Amino acid sequence: MFIVKYIKEVFSGLKSLAIGLRLTLYYFTHHKEIITQQYPDNRETLNLPERFKGEVVMLHDENNEHACTGCTACELACPNGTIKIITKFDIATDGKKKKALDKFVYHLELCTMCNLCIVACPTDAIKMAQTFEHSVYDRSELTKILNKPGSEIREGVE
Amino acid sequence: MIEEIGRTTEGDVMINVGPQHPATHGVLHLVITINGETIKKVEPHLGFIHRSIEKMCESLSYRQFIYVTSRMDYLSSHINNHACALCVEKGLQVEIPSRAQVIRVLMDELTRIASHELWWGAMAMDLGAFTPFFHAFRERESINDIMEETCGARLTMNYMVPGGVMQDIHPNFQRRVKDFIRLYKSKVNEYDELVTGNIIFQNRMKGVGYLSPEDAISYGCTGPPARGSGVSCDIRKLYPYEIYDQLEFDEILETGGDSFARYMVRVREMNQSIRIIEQLIDNIPEGDFQAKTKAVLKLPKGEFYQRVETARGEFGVYIVSEGGTTPYRIKFRSPGFSNLSALDHMVRGSKLGDLVAMMGTLDLVIPDIDR
Ligand code: SF4
Ligand code: SF4
Repeated sequence: MFIVKYIKEVFSGLKSLAIGLRLTLYYFTHHKEIITQQYPDNRETLNLPERFKGEVVMLHDENNEHACTGCTACELACPNGTIKIITKFDIATDGKKKKALDKFVYHLELCTMCNLCIVACPTDAIKMAQTFEHSVYDRSELTKILNKPGSEIREGVE
Repeated sequence: MIEEIGRTTEGDVMINVGPQHPATHGVLHLVITINGETIKKVEPHLGFIHRSIEKMCESLSYRQFIYVTSRMDYLSSHINNHACALCVEKGLQVEIPSRAQVIRVLMDELTRIASHELWWGAMAMDLGAFTPFFHAFRERESINDIMEETCGARLTMNYMVPGGVMQDIHPNFQRRVKDFIRLYKSKVNEYDELVTGNIIFQNRMKGVGYLSPEDAISYGCTGPPARGSGVSCDIRKLYPYEIYDQLEFDEILETGGDSFARYMVRVREMNQSIRIIEQLIDNIPEGDFQAKTKAVLKLPKGEFYQRVETARGEFGVYIVSEGGTTPYRIKFRSPGFSNLSALDHMVRGSKLGDLVAMMGTLDLVIPDIDR
């Protein structure tokens, strides 16, 4: 009796294995249904959604102007101390001193892509970029100055 | 033999599993006492991924601390964020727009499916089947794509903020979720074919790792491990938050108490999540996605507690506020920690080969246990 039960079990086990393998074979012969992406070969065609949080960048227009007033709202919003705003005093045309952005220091290695700085910015001067290949040979390369050299604040942004 | 279980005698061997072991789902260290092939005792050693999150939160503001909780149970990051947001809202006494509520519930349920999906693949892999893992990841990938489009991240979302959600849903969101439901329904039979109906799989799951309802309660188990033993503990039903009381869904209960019952609870829960999503996806109300809140949040003096149902069980956030901008103390009640504590009881007296399978049915996420 035991033998019969044992053999039965073996066969039912084999049968359910075959059912599973049938599915595997199906995908083996139907390449169209495979959705694996061939990264990095598909780098050119890779499209990341526009909201993807890869890295904080500052927006510059064609005149090399940005919208950052140096208000440090993003620095305060950041949980990790990723952003350091260094300000300077510009002498405006009417001779008054005006606070302006000198350097927007961004430590990519500390950033957790939480988006809080972007939400906090009152002038939408910064946004998230869709880059994700951040590996470098030395960690000092991860500290970035986001405002481009020689850039100035756009007219009319307060 | 039985009275020896739990005691070390001559001939016992102590072996280490982990902290880095392919079967332990992260850095969990188990010290196992075995006699022959029979397990007498399992001692989990924690702390390999302890990041002191609770202490960290004490120096972060009420907007900032939420992102850290994505890094605890990274497979339920939306739901963790949700709990924190709800707890802060409780203190602030703000009304959340109904659009935000619906989006939050939709995201929660998508997360639940994604998490169970990953668990299903990993579970089969624990038993030595590699193919299901890829099948599970195919469906999970389409959820991740939906998340990526709306929240901008695949795992650590930080999408729920006090007052609502951070951004409005992407215009494609509804269409893609419907596509996903269609895909899921066409593929769900494959799961049964590949794993659930397999006799070898069933023999390794049925009658193994029995946890009685009494033990489930006294070990503080929640989520699928407790519901697999027939203990009703779904927070969405018992203490409804958000709009769960207006939705139609069943709390899944199995009475087996063994590994297979816990397995079935999760598989059936995915269908319930699909049911919830189907009810909501066409009925997202118009309006704001975020309530107006102050730039700097201050909670009144007092204590606030909020619990939610994550994919792994009950997750609780306890905030003690002194009236300032940062919490005085934050405590997280993570489901994985209590579920893990039942492991020793569950495996005593069973064979070494079943240990990994039983751990698999607990669906442990180690960063959630260690915090
Ligand atoms: S994304 Fe978050 S961590 Fe990164 S700089 Fe902005 S606020 Fe800081
Ligand atoms: S980026 Fe925005 S928030 Fe940050 S300093 Fe400039 S203007 Fe202020």
